[in-house]
Amino acid sequence: MKQRTLKRSNAPIFWALFGAGGMLSALFGPMLVFITGIAVPLAVVLPADTMSYPHMLAFAQNIIGKGFIFAIIALFLWHAAHRIFHSLHDIGIHAGTGAKLLCYGLAMLGTLIAAYALLAIGF
Amino acid sequence: MSEKQKIIEIEVLRYHPEKDKEPHKQVFEVPFTDDMSVLQGVQYIKDYLDGSLSFRWSCRMAICGSCGMMINGEPSLSCQTFLRDYYPARVRVEALSHFPIERDLVINMEGFIEKLESIQPYIIPRETRTLAQGEYLQTPEQLDAYEQFSSCINCLLCYAACPQFGLNSNFIGPAATALLHRYNVDSRDGGKSQRMELINSEEGVFNCTAVGYCSEVCPKHVDPANAVNQNKTNSAADYFLRFLTPKGGAK
Ligand code: SF4
Ligand code: FES
Repeated sequence: MKQRTLKRSNAPIFWALFGAGGMLSALFGPMLVFITGIAVPLAVVLPADTMSYPHMLAFAQNIIGKGFIFAIIALFLWHAAHRIFHSLHDIGIHAGTGAKLLCYGLAMLGTLIAAYALLAIGF
Repeated sequence: MSEKQKIIEIEVLRYHPEKDKEPHKQVFEVPFTDDMSVLQGVQYIKDYLDGSLSFRWSCRMAICGSCGMMINGEPSLSCQTFLRDYYPARVRVEALSHFPIERDLVINMEGFIEKLESIQPYIIPRETRTLAQGEYLQTPEQLDAYEQFSSCINCLLCYAACPQFGLNSNFIGPAATALLHRYNVDSRDGGKSQRMELINSEEGVFNCTAVGYCSEVCPKHVDPANAVNQNKTNSAADYFLRFLTPKGGAK
């Protein structure tokens, strides 16, 4: 038998973030589209000022609201980054490290910006 | 041959490395009856039209796994695919995708054989057992855990179906993962930690992007995609929990 040296893959980190993001987007994605895209602009079901600045500010300053916003933004981004990275591979763009850095780098950047903004907005 | 003998065109991808620069197609006109498989069609070609045509087969009953070919672009066992389902159109027969062609419809299986060896496809006993202890007993549930994955006939249709194996032939791939899983979940086996090293590696399950075509083409309902998926979970758990458990089973 040919002896090979096996290198442990770091994929579980990205796969776990991808999985968490997928789960979250399946659970909350359609609802968020409905609230932000239909219910609030058309003032159906929800009052028109649901997403007014004071309301949203209060939401973002609440610790649970903060966590929710952070998880939605960060995990959605990691999910998308992973999907795009693998789709690039599928259509024959094997940019390797470059594509990896670009995809996951953007997700990381988005995560950091979200974290910074949520902290800067205060409690 | 009777007057109403039906004739089907079979287009075969030919390749004889000693004289052909690259594979090329050749069309044969083959008389057939409704009970004839594609395998019988190519056998007719070999017996009556061109004795140099090469292909593998043995059992003619979807047991041995040697007659896999691309039939109209789909990975299929040629002995359980019937000419009547293509007639009156032409049927196209090619060597399995993603493998080097050895000659005509014969692929080079070496890469897969190495993978098969590397998963240690045999029971590694949990503890030494004497003859006096008698046979192993398993409950129906313990049998259920691995039975489906033990039905693999190594036909390699799933590899020909897998786009990720096509892009990276180092990927351990569907059947080898299914077989590896078959031993890992066997109650008699204690070799899981050795095998997980391969699952966790860069050649392991995370090359899979959950396409699922492998399970669709599998003639034995092994569902290799399921084995791959279960092992993504196992591998991720191992990745994150290895620092908590005394022996994580990988480097
Ligand atoms: S898993 Fe199915 S398709 Fe793949 S080699 Fe085994 S029997 Fe063939
Ligand atoms: S000849 Fe054995 S599986 Fe087809």
